[in-house]
Amino acid sequence: MQWVENALGRRVPAELDGRRLKPFKGAFQDQGGGVMAQRLVPLTTTPGRIDKVVRSWDDLWKRLSLRDGMTVSFHHHLRNGDFLVNETMRRLADLGLKNLVVAPSALFPVHDGLVDLIKSGAISHVEGSMNGQVGVACSKGLMKKAAVLRSHGGRYRAIQDGDLKIDLAVIAAPAADCFGNANGVLGKSAFGPIGIALADSLFADQVVVVTDNLIPFPCVPMSISGLNVDHVLTVDSIGDPTKIVSGTTKLTRSPTQLNIADLATRFVEAAGILREGFSFQGGAGGISLAFTQFLGERMAARGIKASFSVGGTTGILVDLMKRGLINYVTDGQSFDLAAVESLRDNPRHVEIDPFISYCQHARGCFAHMVDVAVLGATEIDLDFNVNVNTHSDGLLLHGIGGFADAAAGAGCTIITAPSFRKRIPILREKVTTVTAPGEVIDVVVTERGIAINPRRQDLLEKVKGRGLPLVTLPQLMDQIHALTGIPDAPRLGDRPVALIEWRDGSVIDVVRQVLD
Amino acid sequence: MSEPTVFTSGLEGKSDLIVTYEPAAAFEIVVESSVKKLFGRHIREQAERTLKEFNVSKGKLSIKDDGALDFIIAARIEAALRKAGVAKAPLLAPPDRPPAEKDRLRRSRLYLPGNQPDLMLNAGLFGADSYILDLEDSVAPDQKLDARILVRRTLREAHRLFPGTELIVRVNPLTGPFGYDDLREIVPALPHLLLLPKCDSDRDVKEADREVAAIERELGIVGRVLFMPLIETVKGTVNALAIAQASPRSVAMCFGAEDFTRDLGVPRTREGKETLQARSQIVYAAKVAGLQAIDTVFSDVGDDEGLRASCLEAKGLGFVGKGVIHPRQIAIVHQAFAPTEAELEEAKKIMDAMKKAVETGAGVVSLGSKMVDAPVAERAKKLIAVARQMGLPGLEAY
Repeated sequence: MQWVENALGRRVPAELDGRRLKPFKGAFQDQGGGVMAQRLVPLTTTPGRIDKVVRSWDDLWKRLSLRDGMTVSFHHHLRNGDFLVNETMRRLADLGLKNLVVAPSALFPVHDGLVDLIKSGAISHVEGSMNGQVGVACSKGLMKKAAVLRSHGGRYRAIQDGDLKIDLAVIAAPAADCFGNANGVLGKSAFGPIGIALADSLFADQVVVVTDNLIPFPCVPMSISGLNVDHVLTVDSIGDPTKIVSGTTKLTRSPTQLNIADLATRFVEAAGILREGFSFQGGAGGISLAFTQFLGERMAARGIKASFSVGGTTGILVDLMKRGLINYVTDGQSFDLAAVESLRDNPRHVEIDPFISYCQHARGCFAHMVDVAVLGATEIDLDFNVNVNTHSDGLLLHGIGGFADAAAGAGCTIITAPSFRKRIPILREKVTTVTAPGEVIDVVVTERGIAINPRRQDLLEKVKGRGLPLVTLPQLMDQIHALTGIPDAPRLGDRPVALIEWRDGSVIDVVRQVLD
Repeated sequence: MSEPTVFTSGLEGKSDLIVTYEPAAAFEIVVESSVKKLFGRHIREQAERTLKEFNVSKGKLSIKDDGALDFIIAARIEAALRKAGVAKAPLLAPPDRPPAEKDRLRRSRLYLPGNQPDLMLNAGLFGADSYILDLEDSVAPDQKLDARILVRRTLREAHRLFPGTELIVRVNPLTGPFGYDDLREIVPALPHLLLLPKCDSDRDVKEADREVAAIERELGIVGRVLFMPLIETVKGTVNALAIAQASPRSVAMCFGAEDFTRDLGVPRTREGKETLQARSQIVYAAKVAGLQAIDTVFSDVGDDEGLRASCLEAKGLGFVGKGVIHPRQIAIVHQAFAPTEAELEEAKKIMDAMKKAVETGAGVVSLGSKMVDAPVAERAKKLIAVARQMGLPGLEAY
């Protein structure tokens, strides 16, 4: 295998599994050009009224063209409550199909059963994010080919540009009509926005909407247009929407998390970002939710209103909008049911897809209109490079989500994280895996101090002398390592088991096989 | 009942470990850890260092770790060895630590259970004026030794974990089975203060003073460890003045409402009328003895408004601080005990008037139509001094 060094000094293969790879050159070095993916012209149109409904899997298979090695895609809006990925892949395997490529936007622990299909050879590999045992299987080298991890914006781009060719898109929809129009807000399985599936619906060769709630035509809102849908399969249940909840959606009681969120809020205020009409990235997780809450308190106290938020939505964010503190919530995915309800009922709560929010090959995306994004990480290094995918032991346990896109776009990107988890330090000389380059990371906030990227002297000038615990990254790392010690390096093989793509499709890093 | 053959220390949970030691002729260390890939070697080395510290080279030591830091690993191993009777409390020179300041700010004192290592790791960052490492009520009797060792080793890590703050250890009463062992273990690690619980009479404080002085003599130091008597019984309340005056080591006196109301045999209410007289009596006694008076904890962590009201009431009664049981209470307490803007403005005006009187040679200081007499002036001075201690802005001219 021929290896090359990318712009961050990471060794990446020049070519892998018969595909020529582009090494990462820099966050904004992409030249564009080329043409977008092409799509088959539909075979026929039936005369008369259109009805695409299929009532059983067996009937569905009869209408589809299936083959070994085909790529099947899914969205992850049902998160850990999804029933469809397991069901579809198991049935395809039962048909005797081999070497299938699963292209989900993300997998969760509910999908751990896919490991058996990987072992049996029904699934060749995953092109998508993995949380849970599938990620562990990938780390250990169980997949035939390297997995490919992309950000939400990167996934849209890859599909649009033809890098990720989808043979069959399976789109879980809580509401759909006989025409194939579908949305995510109506019905017993409502999960909120369905926008992650937009690219799949536009560019896959065969598109199936799967619903447990067939409603009379027209299904409004038409978040997924029936004009792009071949078949509508009805099933008893697409999933359990109570499990879309990501992590905690209540305000954390952890003093350390509250402390970090408080520091991040004070930083944002001291840096002058908190001003009338500002905008921010939403998110889930203890620190992020507490930050949103504290931000709201400061906005209320100072009479400031945000113009909009982008990204994942929670009840806490929705409450800020209800209190008149945010003009619009633009929502890419709902993290709790309060957000789902609000999207359905509140006209200021707007559904967006990754093309709008994150795509580098759109003509601009909302992420670049955001003033501040507060994001988490598993590791940060002295160059401000951030890892959100692997743990320090090398295991691939998390997806990228919107991380790379939000970090690249926001005017100020803040990483918040506890300085160590158990005894594993967040700061490393070199991160195990680079998800995003230090050039798009502006500030690191831990409970043991705030470090500002030296590239952002402007921020440093603004917050100096404002009572914030400012430190340099090396100081912070030494302070943390004095408590935790320095971890030993995990035993890694040379084989790349996963590629981490930057949003433009270049390879920013690889995940290497974890030995023993 | 047969003698135990396996000796254990530590608890299940994040940042802790369970150590078992089994006396045997052979020597073996077994390490299991949730961070084994990254720290397995490190944990084994720490175990070897600790065994060497106590000259133990036999037996089977098993570790089940969940990401504990080195000093916690050492504490748990030491506890298991001491339970097995193969190690004794180490004799170490006192750490290099600046002595306690008698009159420092003590608005908030955060209680940390002495046998819960995960809470020790970041507590020092939360901005309380003092931290209490508790060996008394929050520690079960069968864990007293474990807690004592953990607290002693935490005190030796204080420069990293609690930089620049005051560390207090609440020891067990000397009238019970644990108090003397607590002092023997803890005093050589030089906490700034000892919180002496359930003080019923001056004898309780005097006995602690005598014992601490004896330990200090062995260490070659004098009067380094100061006291904070805690009154939480009716008898103690009645004897408050004698308790406050019992030892020159005392710098502050605290009230504990939970035990007090139990002792009195009445329910503890939110308004706290049942403790009003006791609290006032403690404030008076402290005042007479020249000590700070510090109020009890407010136990409803979710009730910010109740906490604020309780602090303002305490401040009004003459207390200078409050106990806290969750870090989120700290900021509210500090805010409540700070002088109000109106108080500060009034004090500044009085200071201005006094300055003017000195400049013009006027014998009498007056503010508007009111005469400023000496106690008023004194109070203004004190208020400005406290505000400065708290770091409030706009005091450069005073």
